[in-house]
Amino acid sequence: MPHETAIDSIRLIGGFARGSAKLMLRGNRAYWGWVAFLGALIVSGALAYSGQVRFGLGVTAMRDQVSWGFYIGNFTFLVGVAAAAVVLVIPAYIYDWKPIREIVIYGELLAISAITMCLMFVLVDIGRPDRFWHLIPPFGFLNFPSSILAWDVLVLNLYFAVNLAVATHILYRAFHGKPYIKRLVVPLVLLSVPMAVGIHTVTAFLYNGLAARPYWNSSILAPQFLASAFCSGPAILLVVLQLLRRFTPFEIQDAAIRKIAELMAYAMFLNLFLHGAEAFKEFYSDTQHLLFTRYWYFGVGSHHTLVPYAWSAVALNLIAFGLFISPTTRRNLITLNIGCLATYAGVYIEKGMGLIIPGLTPDTLGEIYEYYPTVTELRVAAGIFAVGFLLFTLMLKVAVPISLGEFMEKREAAAARAAQ
Amino acid sequence: MRSRAIGIALALCGLVRLAADGTKPPAAGNQPEHLEVPPPPFSEGIFPCSNCHASMPPDRHRRELTAMHTDIVLKHDETHRWCLDCHDADNRDVLHLASGEHVAFEESYRLCGQCHGEKYRDWRAGVHGRRTGNWNGAKTYLLCVQCHNPHQPRFHALAPKPAPRPPNRTMK
Amino acid sequence: MLSRRLFTQSAVGAAAGMILTACGPKRLYEAPKDRIKAAIADLERKYKEQHGKEIAVSDAGPMPGVHFAYALDISRCVGCRRCVYACVAENNQSRDPQIHWIRVFEMEKEKGVDFSHANPYYNPAEVPEEGHFYIPVSCQQCENPPCTKVCPTGATWAKKDGIVVIDYDWCIGCRYCMAACPYGARHFNWAQPTIPEGEINPNMHYLGNRPRPKGVVEKCTFCIQRSRAGRYPACVEVCPVGARKFGNILDADSEIRYIIEHKRVLVLKEELNTVPRFFYFYAT
Repeated sequence: MPHETAIDSIRLIGGFARGSAKLMLRGNRAYWGWVAFLGALIVSGALAYSGQVRFGLGVTAMRDQVSWGFYIGNFTFLVGVAAAAVVLVIPAYIYDWKPIREIVIYGELLAISAITMCLMFVLVDIGRPDRFWHLIPPFGFLNFPSSILAWDVLVLNLYFAVNLAVATHILYRAFHGKPYIKRLVVPLVLLSVPMAVGIHTVTAFLYNGLAARPYWNSSILAPQFLASAFCSGPAILLVVLQLLRRFTPFEIQDAAIRKIAELMAYAMFLNLFLHGAEAFKEFYSDTQHLLFTRYWYFGVGSHHTLVPYAWSAVALNLIAFGLFISPTTRRNLITLNIGCLATYAGVYIEKGMGLIIPGLTPDTLGEIYEYYPTVTELRVAAGIFAVGFLLFTLMLKVAVPISLGEFMEKREAAAARAAQ
Repeated sequence: MRSRAIGIALALCGLVRLAADGTKPPAAGNQPEHLEVPPPPFSEGIFPCSNCHASMPPDRHRRELTAMHTDIVLKHDETHRWCLDCHDADNRDVLHLASGEHVAFEESYRLCGQCHGEKYRDWRAGVHGRRTGNWNGAKTYLLCVQCHNPHQPRFHALAPKPAPRPPNRTMK
Repeated sequence: MLSRRLFTQSAVGAAAGMILTACGPKRLYEAPKDRIKAAIADLERKYKEQHGKEIAVSDAGPMPGVHFAYALDISRCVGCRRCVYACVAENNQSRDPQIHWIRVFEMEKEKGVDFSHANPYYNPAEVPEEGHFYIPVSCQQCENPPCTKVCPTGATWAKKDGIVVIDYDWCIGCRYCMAACPYGARHFNWAQPTIPEGEINPNMHYLGNRPRPKGVVEKCTFCIQRSRAGRYPACVEVCPVGARKFGNILDADSEIRYIIEHKRVLVLKEELNTVPRFFYFYAT
């Protein structure tokens, strides 16, 4: 193969970029309605965030007593979603199971969108976003290896880079009608497996390592994070894949969908088991540390804000488990999708409100301040989710036609020639 | 008598222990050492007491005062002691210890330290009561009576400064 | 597989980075003395403009042979909160939103030292209340601090004299240190801090009581502007019952050593192995 010159590369990339842009701007009413909806959420989020920058983080409900809240809860949940790509990668590459092989790329695109949202949630949570560069050596100083946040910065960005590199490479090569370079892709993809475990383990260690917070200072946190991640991410993917099957000529085998659902069932079982183990330890040992778990499930004194969320999460997770473990309900698309929504909602509540808030309530000196997000926080969070969904949508808009062979360089070139 | 002897023996043991610990033991009560203290906080015009008392014969009968000093309410072991157990009957310008030894008002801590031995030792080490000055350099002592009314030494309750504002969802 | 072009580009980028870091802001932890002096001169100028007073910002370093420790007599504290407000005035804390570096907890004598039954919002007509005792809590200046190891940018660290300091210009406000502190000692500027006209304390230290910006963390520094000049912290001086003691734990003659050697001493949350330099004791 002749070595491409710099000019060739630029020309090819340009063609890819131009073609992608055309694809993104082409769509039916439903597509544009969806994009407009997301755009509105993004604008609303941006306005809310500008208010936050102007006044300070006091526009949120976070205070000294509960110094992390909705933003960090969402961040934690989304790291799990990003890690979930591995649920596809393992059967596809390690077990070489063809039905999933073709759809691994969507897991990677989901990972890219999820990590983007993670980074945005961190950015809106810090008090001085203008000092973000303080984290980046050589301009700043990254307190590695002492600070687990420093580890998180590294592994999240690395995971993002790996997924971006692999996905872009595969799509770019397919666009040019060439197979991807196995020597490059396969090691990176295999690397993404321990990396996915790594990002969620490091995120769990962020909380796990704090002796000041007994609710978090439990060895079970890292395995529990992984278990919940491996159900929540694929839940989104399953819904997306069914939508793709419905609205595009893309073919996804039923076997692939069912296998993913089955793996999710096992992950959900592990999730429930680990929660149960945690609950046993707290309630049976009955030490002062029980206070935090009790606040989450039963409230303390007159403070009950989180109790409905706690039991909703339990119920949703149990329903999801039941629906996924039985092959009958797995096969039925309606129950499958109910299961997906239940999984997503259950894990979202449990990671969002159920991890951060009870860990900080009561605070280290016994005070209970009941936190729940303000409208500003909800608007900013919705805006960030909209950015992630939009990114995912746009990437799919390019990736699906490429996978189907509809969007290819020679076709675009032929079309351009015909138009002249 | 015997309990007094045991008490003194215990106090001496304590002093010996202090010496053994390597911490400088403060001077025992019978070794007057001159300390920098502020002047005693006399009420306006009350000192020297001998202005009135030099011409009055001392009345050693224990009683409640009606002619003068009615503003002083004694709440300091008043079931066992009264004025002349601390104020010298013959010379009202000084105080006296249990042994009869005279103590100037400027050294009233020696009198307090007679009964409140542990607090006296702590005060000498700078641990009891307010310490002003520098941790690294000149330190000053306050007289016991600068904070404690010798006739009613127990502190009165005070009004606390305002409580902190509890965290509120709305800041604007 | 590294092409010559890629190498050159990276080298240029790295060089640019070095130049930028040499010229631009740096964290105070490793800034050389002349950079600190220049930064302080800037601060003094800025504060003078903002507050219309002559401001002195000290850069006093730790004294050799000194490790600060604090002792608080819980048999004496009456919960009057004069220490809280002396600290607010001395350390230029924000009045609105309200920041207090010291928090006094009222506890029941029956239950002992138990934070799950403690109340910092007590407001009776008079203190002390019958059957209650009081524990003020502020930064314990731990020797094994859980807060400094979690800071992702290295904006907080322990000095040689034991004071844990924060570089207010380097902190990004991520609040990880607040999650890590077991004593609730760190406080965040949730909005622009305000100090009333004329109430600013002009004697400052660049790592201590200079006015903080919005969006950064702050906490007790053992009045670094006073303690490094040999003086007692403001809370020690103002306490009307003499419950607060302060000094150099390495000095065998200090009050602190006397207390540790002769009184019943406890530290909070000892099992967390933070090794606080803030001791609570019973003098009686």
